[in-house]
Amino acid sequence: MTLLEVDGISVSFDGFQAINGLSFAIGEPELRAVIGPNGAGKTTFMDIVTGKTRPDSGRVLWGETNRNILGQSESAIARLGIGRKFQKPTVFEDQTVRENLAMALKDRRGPFSVLFGLPADEGRLLDFAEEVGLAAQLDRLAGELSHGQKQWLEIGMLLAQEPRLLLVDEPAAGMTPAEREHTTDLLKRLARRHAVVVVEHDMDFVRRLDCRVTVLHEGRVLAEGSLDHVTQNQDVIDVYLGR
Amino acid sequence: MTDAALPLRSGRPPVRRTSTMVFLVALAAFAVLVTVLAGADMISTSFVKLLGKTLCLALAAVAMDVVWGYTGILSLGHMAFFGLGGYAIGMWLMWARTEAIVASNLAASALPPTPGELREGIGGQIFGVVGSSDIPLIWSFAHSLPLQLAMVVLVPGLLALVFGWLAFRSRVTGVYLSILTQAMTLALSLYLFQNDTGLRGNNGLSGLQNIPGFPAASQAQISIAFFWASALALALGYLLFAWVVSGRMGSVLRAVRDDEARVRFLGYHVESFKLFAFTLTAVVTGIAGALYYPQAGIINPGEVAPIASIYLAVWVAIGGRGRLYGAAIGAIAVSLVSNWFTSGGAPDLDLGVYEIRWTEWWLVLLGVSFVLVTLLAPKGLGGLVDLWTQRRRGPARRAAYGPDTGAKRPEEGAE
Repeated sequence: MTLLEVDGISVSFDGFQAINGLSFAIGEPELRAVIGPNGAGKTTFMDIVTGKTRPDSGRVLWGETNRNILGQSESAIARLGIGRKFQKPTVFEDQTVRENLAMALKDRRGPFSVLFGLPADEGRLLDFAEEVGLAAQLDRLAGELSHGQKQWLEIGMLLAQEPRLLLVDEPAAGMTPAEREHTTDLLKRLARRHAVVVVEHDMDFVRRLDCRVTVLHEGRVLAEGSLDHVTQNQDVIDVYLGR
Repeated sequence: MTDAALPLRSGRPPVRRTSTMVFLVALAAFAVLVTVLAGADMISTSFVKLLGKTLCLALAAVAMDVVWGYTGILSLGHMAFFGLGGYAIGMWLMWARTEAIVASNLAASALPPTPGELREGIGGQIFGVVGSSDIPLIWSFAHSLPLQLAMVVLVPGLLALVFGWLAFRSRVTGVYLSILTQAMTLALSLYLFQNDTGLRGNNGLSGLQNIPGFPAASQAQISIAFFWASALALALGYLLFAWVVSGRMGSVLRAVRDDEARVRFLGYHVESFKLFAFTLTAVVTGIAGALYYPQAGIINPGEVAPIASIYLAVWVAIGGRGRLYGAAIGAIAVSLVSNWFTSGGAPDLDLGVYEIRWTEWWLVLLGVSFVLVTLLAPKGLGGLVDLWTQRRRGPARRAAYGPDTGAKRPEEGAE
């Protein structure tokens, strides 16, 4: 079943055509890698899906009802079940790992629900902390964590939101080889039940993900298919791999 | 890893609970001390009033800290809400007192006065100063204490709700939002200055120190009663805000302050949380104002001038943002010192060629200390508490700073 369908979106910034008639669809469950050279529009694509950037034209259809979610606020889109992990880990450094995770836990999000609601479910919180190997760090400030641990905390926060679609921007950046392997396993495991889109530069990492690959170039899809398929595509070789 | 065997310390919440207890106990002790000293005639009635007013300012500062220090909205218009609370209670105070005076004047006549005559008398008394005797529409509720008390909460609350909704919805942030709040309080001040606003223009409302219904009460008794009411309001407001900024709400508010875009991607509607903090603090600030002005005795449009809200921000900055007691300490310390300097308490400094008169130079001193605190001690006066608690407790961190063997050890963190 198609969970998210991006249909012919275009957006330009000050005359620069960042996305140019891009169409893209992902099912549930599915694991998809998005690759492309710098400026191909990968991040802009994520910005549009998560509601941060409004495209000039096109539609973004979501879920069973194929509802157009363009124009909804970022928070409403997040509550629909689209979670995002940023390239640079953005955790709340002034707060503990526990507080970071508690904020992300799937729960009611209105001010009064937050104010009068029960404290975060410690059991669930611990599950997610263990999943990302931070169970022993719950009471440390996120700002004290190493770069790799911040990456894991952000992944943990993404999981705690229990999204249906996970948009993951360069998850393995700054990780040790062992951590990369752990990340690959985690993403593959998640993709058994969820839709997962991974934006990545590292071809070895993409190869290990062993999934369909979408190659973006100048704001549109250049090729799509298995990694071997796209790497043999002459266009792809010309613009990306050949350099 | 012996560190892992230590019981998990759940971060700051217990510390915060301790600071709340200490604050409330200190406040209670202070209130008792002032009462005893006043009872023994060791401090004057006007000084008791000054202290009571200072507690109201501390409550406003605590609210300001929640909206600025925790939520990251530098509102430079919160004293508008303070003034509105004062006007709301002042209208009843003036009305009820004038009503009593008019009634006693008319009692001398042969026939008992009709309600119409009474109203006419009140109108003439209150609005004669602006050359009118009609009672403006906004005074419709002034005869009723419960309705006017409701206005203390509703008027600042509604203004904050509407203003905040418009401003936050258009995602105005940072310095632009601060300028908008300054514009709001300036507009309110200019509006109130007009005679036809119906709030007596630049005369403001006066005689508020006389509390209707207690004709026999002396100002000494009234001052102690209001001092206690102010202390109670500060205690309750402090408890309310300590609760709000703890738990998940506090977590989300601080997250909004640090990275609001990220909070949106977690599914929180940032604007609603800002609006919540802005409106709640506006209401509490309004209540603080309603307790302040009966002790001041007079309110006029100058009270909601932009500079008043800037002072509020300065107190919070000097006291230490992001901790409630810091804001309270800042407001109390700076406004008392300010009062000492401006009321001639500080001896003038004769430099031979120039004489420094503190009534004029105090603002320079305040400005310099604000700059120094901002540059050198961003934690403000509240940071002194850290120095003390850290010395007693040793380093706050028991585990190493990182998981690796090369990570900083706790001993190194104390520097």
